[in-house]
Amino acid sequence: MAAKKHSLFEPEILRQAAAASFSKLHPRSLMKNPVMFVTEAGAFLTTVSLFFRPADEPLGFGLQVAIWLWFTVLFANFAEAMAEGRGKAQADALRKTRTRTMANRVREDGSLEKVSAESLRKDDVVIVSAGETIPGDGTVIFGVASVDESAITGESAPVIREAGGDRSAVTGGTRVLSDRIKVAITANPGESFLDRMIQLVEGAQRQKTPNEIALTILLSALTIIFLVVVMTLKFFGIYSGVSFSVTVLVALLVCLIPTTIGGLLSAIGIAGIDRLVQKNVLAMSGRAVEAAGDVNVLLLDKTGTITLGDRQATEFLPAKGVGVEELADAAQLASLADETPEGRSIVVLAKRFGLRGRNLAEMPNARFIAFSAQTRMSGVDVDGRKVRKGAADAVRNFAGGRFPPEVEDAITRVSFQGGTPLVVADSARILGTVYLKDIVKGGLSDRFERFRAMGIRTVMITGDNPLTAAAIAREAGVDDFLAEATPTDKLALIRKEQASGYLVAMTGDGTNDAPALAQADVGVAMNTGTQAAKEAGNMVDLDSNPTKLIEIVEIGKQMLMTRGALTTFSIANDVAKYFAILPAMLIGAFPVIGPLNIMRLGSPQSAILSAVIFNALIIVALIPLALRGVHFRPLGAGALLRRNLLIYGLGGVLLPFPGIKIIDVAVNLFHLA
Amino acid sequence: MDLYGWMQLALFLGLLLLVTRPMGVYLYRVLDPEGKTFLDPVLKPVERLIYRLMRVDPRSEQDWKRYAVSLLMFSLVGTVFTYAVLRLQHLLQLNPQRVGPVSEHLAFNTAVSFVSNTNWQSYGGESTMSYLSQMVALAFHNFVSAASGIAVAAALVRGIARHTAKTVGNFLVDLVRATLYLLLPLCLLYALFLVSQGMIQNFKPYETARLVEPTAEKTQIIVQGPMASQVAIKMLGTNGGGYTNANAAHPYENPTPLTNFLQIFSIFLIPSGLTYYLGKMVKNRKHGWSVWGAMAVLFLAGVLLCWWAEGAGNPRLHALGVDPAGGNMEGKEVRFGIFASALFATVTTDASCGAVNSMHDSFTPLGGLVPLLNMHLGEVVFGGVGTGLYGMLVFVILTVFLAGLMVGRTPEYLGKKIDSYDVKVSAIAVLLLIFDIMVFTAWAVVSDWGLAGRSNAGPHGFSEILYAFSSATANNGSAFAGLTANTWWYNTTLAFAMLIGRFFFIVPVLALAGNMAKKKVVPESGGSFPVSGVTFVLLLVGTVLIVGVLSFFPAISLGPIVEHFLMVRSNAIF
Repeated sequence: MAAKKHSLFEPEILRQAAAASFSKLHPRSLMKNPVMFVTEAGAFLTTVSLFFRPADEPLGFGLQVAIWLWFTVLFANFAEAMAEGRGKAQADALRKTRTRTMANRVREDGSLEKVSAESLRKDDVVIVSAGETIPGDGTVIFGVASVDESAITGESAPVIREAGGDRSAVTGGTRVLSDRIKVAITANPGESFLDRMIQLVEGAQRQKTPNEIALTILLSALTIIFLVVVMTLKFFGIYSGVSFSVTVLVALLVCLIPTTIGGLLSAIGIAGIDRLVQKNVLAMSGRAVEAAGDVNVLLLDKTGTITLGDRQATEFLPAKGVGVEELADAAQLASLADETPEGRSIVVLAKRFGLRGRNLAEMPNARFIAFSAQTRMSGVDVDGRKVRKGAADAVRNFAGGRFPPEVEDAITRVSFQGGTPLVVADSARILGTVYLKDIVKGGLSDRFERFRAMGIRTVMITGDNPLTAAAIAREAGVDDFLAEATPTDKLALIRKEQASGYLVAMTGDGTNDAPALAQADVGVAMNTGTQAAKEAGNMVDLDSNPTKLIEIVEIGKQMLMTRGALTTFSIANDVAKYFAILPAMLIGAFPVIGPLNIMRLGSPQSAILSAVIFNALIIVALIPLALRGVHFRPLGAGALLRRNLLIYGLGGVLLPFPGIKIIDVAVNLFHLA
Repeated sequence: MDLYGWMQLALFLGLLLLVTRPMGVYLYRVLDPEGKTFLDPVLKPVERLIYRLMRVDPRSEQDWKRYAVSLLMFSLVGTVFTYAVLRLQHLLQLNPQRVGPVSEHLAFNTAVSFVSNTNWQSYGGESTMSYLSQMVALAFHNFVSAASGIAVAAALVRGIARHTAKTVGNFLVDLVRATLYLLLPLCLLYALFLVSQGMIQNFKPYETARLVEPTAEKTQIIVQGPMASQVAIKMLGTNGGGYTNANAAHPYENPTPLTNFLQIFSIFLIPSGLTYYLGKMVKNRKHGWSVWGAMAVLFLAGVLLCWWAEGAGNPRLHALGVDPAGGNMEGKEVRFGIFASALFATVTTDASCGAVNSMHDSFTPLGGLVPLLNMHLGEVVFGGVGTGLYGMLVFVILTVFLAGLMVGRTPEYLGKKIDSYDVKVSAIAVLLLIFDIMVFTAWAVVSDWGLAGRSNAGPHGFSEILYAFSSATANNGSAFAGLTANTWWYNTTLAFAMLIGRFFFIVPVLALAGNMAKKKVVPESGGSFPVSGVTFVLLLVGTVLIVGVLSFFPAISLGPIVEHFLMVRSNAIF
C-alpha cells in the first residue's frame, strides 16, 4: 500500500483538488496564510470596484484583472489541495488496513468477550488466533505467532512476533497466520501511529514547523512593506497628478507580494511528508522531516546498514603441519549443526575443497553440539573425535592450552583486517583458523563521501571489538566508529554530539534502543522493532531497512531547499513585474518614460494584465516542482548555493521578462486589453 | 570621468583598505573593557574616575533589555539637556553674536537631530547658534551619539560572537571607552591637522570685511568661532552637522584639497575598521572582509553612477551652448569640481554623515538619485559609525535566512540557527525604516505644509520632500537643500522621523543581539552556509539592493527617474 506511488496528475486527485480550491476560499482558512489572504482581499476589492471604476477604465480590463486575481488564490489553494490529495490517497490506503474487526478482549476474571476494535483502550488485553486480524497496535505479552504484515509493509513473507525481546510489537490491521498470541493494546483508538500518520498527511493535524513559521514571518513582512508601498503610491500619484485606480494598485500589490512561495509553501511541507511515505517511512511530525535535513551526525548500525547482515567464511588458514583439506573437512563437520548464516557459509566454502555436502542423517552415531551464544562454539562428537569450531577464546578453553604461534598470528591478522577469526580444533589439536569476513555493502563509501561534502559525519555503531570495527570503518569509509557499543554508550555518544551543537540521527529497533531513539533529533524506529522503540522515535520505517536513514536525510534537505529556492525565485520575479507595471502606470502622465517599458509591452492595460496573468500562472507552473522537490544533489554548501542561486535567483530575475512578453503578445493578439 | 578622478578613487579605496586592519585591531581593544591600549597610562585614571562618578561597575554586564534601557535613558537625558541649552542660549555664556533663543520646534528638532546622530539642520549654524550651543549642546552629542552607535554595533557583534550567554556588554562602559580612547584622541589630532590647513578655531566675534569689488553691499560678515574642534568629530563620528550653513563647501570649513580628501576619508575610517572588528570578534576574518567587500562594491557602484551622471551634465544646457565637457557644475564648489563633489556626496550618504561639499539639490536627476538611494538602502555602505555595521548585519541575517534554505539546512549564521525571533526583529527593523520614510513623505506631499516648503514644483519638488524624510529616517542629516524645513510642521515631523529611524531600529537590533548571544553554536562543516567569498558578497549586495530597490522603486520613479526622462527627452519645465 504505502509503497504505491501516485503519479503527479492522477485524475481523481485533480478533481478533488479542484473542488477543494473553492472551499478553501473561505477567509478563515486563508487567514493562516497572510500572503494569500491579502491576495484574496485584493481580488474582492477589485471585484467590488468594478462598480465604481473611473470613466477611462474599460470594464473588460477590470473584470479580467479581478478574474485573474481570484485565479491566483484558487491556484494557490489548488496547490495545497493537490498535496493534501496525494496525502489523502496514501491515508486512504492506510485506512483500508483497519477494516472493522472484532476483538476478543480478556476480562479481569480471565474470560473472553467480543468487542469491536474501536472500543479497545490502552492496556486492554486481547487474544488473537490464527486467521484473525490484530485489532490495534500493541505488544505481545504471551505466545509466539507468525504474522502477515503485508498490509503495512508490502512484504509478503510472514514475520515472527513473540512475547519478550525485540520482536514483540504488533501493528493494528496485520493478520495472524499461525498460533495464538495475547496482545496488550498500547494505543487508544485515534492515537496509534497510523492514525497520527493519516492526520499528518491529510493536513488536518499539520502544524507549521519552526522554519515555516520564520519564513511566514518574513513573507508577511514583505507583504506589509508592499502594502505600504502601494498605499503611499496613491498619495505620490496625487502629488504627481496621476490618479491610480483601485484595480491598478491592487494588481501592482498582488504582483509584488510573494504569492508564488506564499501559494506553494504549505504544499511543499505536505509533499515532503508525502515523499517519505512513498519511501515507506512514517514521520510523526513535519518538524522531524525538517530536522532530518539539518542532521550533522548519522549513527549507523554496522549490521544491516554498512555490512550485509551475515558474515561469510572466505578462507581457511591451516596450522603448521595441517593440510587445507583437513582443516576444511573438520570445519565443515563442526558446522553441520550450526544453522547460523556464518555456519552455513563455512559448509559452502568447504565444498570448494572437493568435499561433498554431508548431512546429519549420514552420521547416526554422531552427537552434534549446536552453536549457542553461551558456549560460542559448535561441533560434533563422532568416532571418538571431538571436533569444535568457534570463537578463539572459547576454543582455547576447550582445547585447554595455547595456540601455535602461526595460529595466533592468523587470529590477529584476521581481526586487524576487520574479519572474525574462528578456530577449529580436533580435541586438543588445533587445526587452523577460518576467516569470517564482514561484507561491506557496495557504493557506500561514495555515498559517505558525498555526505562529508554536505557536512554530515557518519559514525558506525558496532558490538565488534575496536580492532575489527576500525578495519570495517576503514573499508566502508565512515568517519568514526563506536566499538563494543552498549545502548548506554550509544545514548552517551548522542548526548556528547548534541552538547557540541550537532543534530543526530539514528535508527534502532530494540527496547534498549528506546532512550537513544528518544534522545536523537531524528530517531527512525524499525517497524519490526518493539513498541517502545516505535514510541520513542519520531519516524517509523515500515521496511525496517536501516540504510533508509540516508534517504530520509536527503528528503529533509530537499524539502528545505525547495522552500528556499521558491522563495528566492518569488522575490526575484518582482524586478520584471515592476518593469511591466510601473511604466504602464506612469506613462499616461509622463509619456517621456517610454524607454522604461523595456519589454515593449503593447499597451498600459495589456502590460498590467499580462503581469497579473503571469503571476497567477507561475503558481500552477511550479506545482510539480513544489510537490516533487527541487533536484537534489549531494554537494557542499558553497556549490549548492551557487547552483541554486544561478537557477532560482538569476533565473527568477530573467524568466518573467520573456514570460510576461509572451502573455502580452497573446493578450494583444486576442484584443483582451 | 577623467584620469585624475580615477587616481583619486584608487587612492581613496587603497588607503581605506590599508587602515581597515589597524583601525579594527584598535577597536577590538577599545571595545573590550579589559583591553589594553597605548593610551592607558594617560586615560585609565580618567576612565576609572568617570566610572566612580557614574557609579558604574565596569565588570558588570547587561542583558539586551537593560542595555537598551540605558541607551534610551541616556539619549532622553541628552535630548532634554540640549533642548534646554538651545532655548536658554541667550542667557548663557559664550554668545558674542548675541543670538536669541532657538524656537520651540527648532530646538526640539535640533535636540533630536544631534542625539540621534542625524545632524539634520533646519537652521544656519552661524546665524542661530551661540558658541556655547555649538560646543556644549551640539559637539558633545557629536561625540556621544557616535559612541552610542559604536556601542550598539559592539553589542550586536558580541551577541553574534558569544554563545549561551545572557549579556551583551555594558552600555555606559562601551560609551565611555569609545569616546575616551577612540573619538577624543583621534579628534584632537584631526582638529590640529585641520587648523594647520587654515581652519579657524577661536572665540572671536564675527569679523566684518570690506569687499574688494563692492556691489550694492560694501561689507561682508565673516564667520568665526571654534570650528576645527567641531568639524573633526562631525566627520569622524559621521554626524555631518555643519558649523556653517554651507557645511564643507565653506572655505573655512574645508580650506584645502587635502582637507577635502581627508574629510571624505575620515567618514569611512571607523565604519571600515568595524568590519575588521567583526571578523576578529567572530574569529572569521574572511567574513569581516567579505562584509567589507560587499560595502565596497555598493560604494563603487554609487560613486561611479554619480560621477558619470554629474560629468555628463544637463543636455538642455548643452543645447544652449554650455560646454558639455564641464559637466554639471551647478551647486558645486569650483575648488572641488565634479569628481570630488560626487565622491563626497556618495560617501556622505553611504555613511550616515550628511556633511556636504556641494548642493545635492542641484545634482542631475541620476546624480541626485545616488545619495537618495544610498539612504534608502539603510546606509549600510560602510555606514555611520556603528550604525552601518549593525544595519548591514541585519541584512546579513535576512540574506542568510533567505538563501540559507537553498543549501538544504535550517539557515545558520556563523554556526547559529536563525529562528523566527531573529527574522521577526530583523524584519521589524527594516519595515519600520521603510514605513517611516514612505508614510511621512505621503503625508507631506498631499498637505499644504508639506508642499509649502519646496523650492521646486514637479518631480524635483517631490524628490526634495522624499529626500528630507529619507535623510531624517536614515539619520543622515544632509538635505536636498531646496527644502525650507524650519517650520513647525517640518521640524516636528522630521524630528519624529529621526527618532523612529534611530531608536526603533536600535531596539530590534539589541533584541537580535540578545537572542543571538543565547544560542548554541554548531561547529562549522562543509554543509554550513558560507559567509565569505565571492558568492556571499554578491548575495549580500543583491539582498541589500533588492530590499531597497523593490521598496522604493515607485517613489524613486516619480522623483529622479521621471525627472531624468523629462530632462533628456522633453522641454517640459515645472
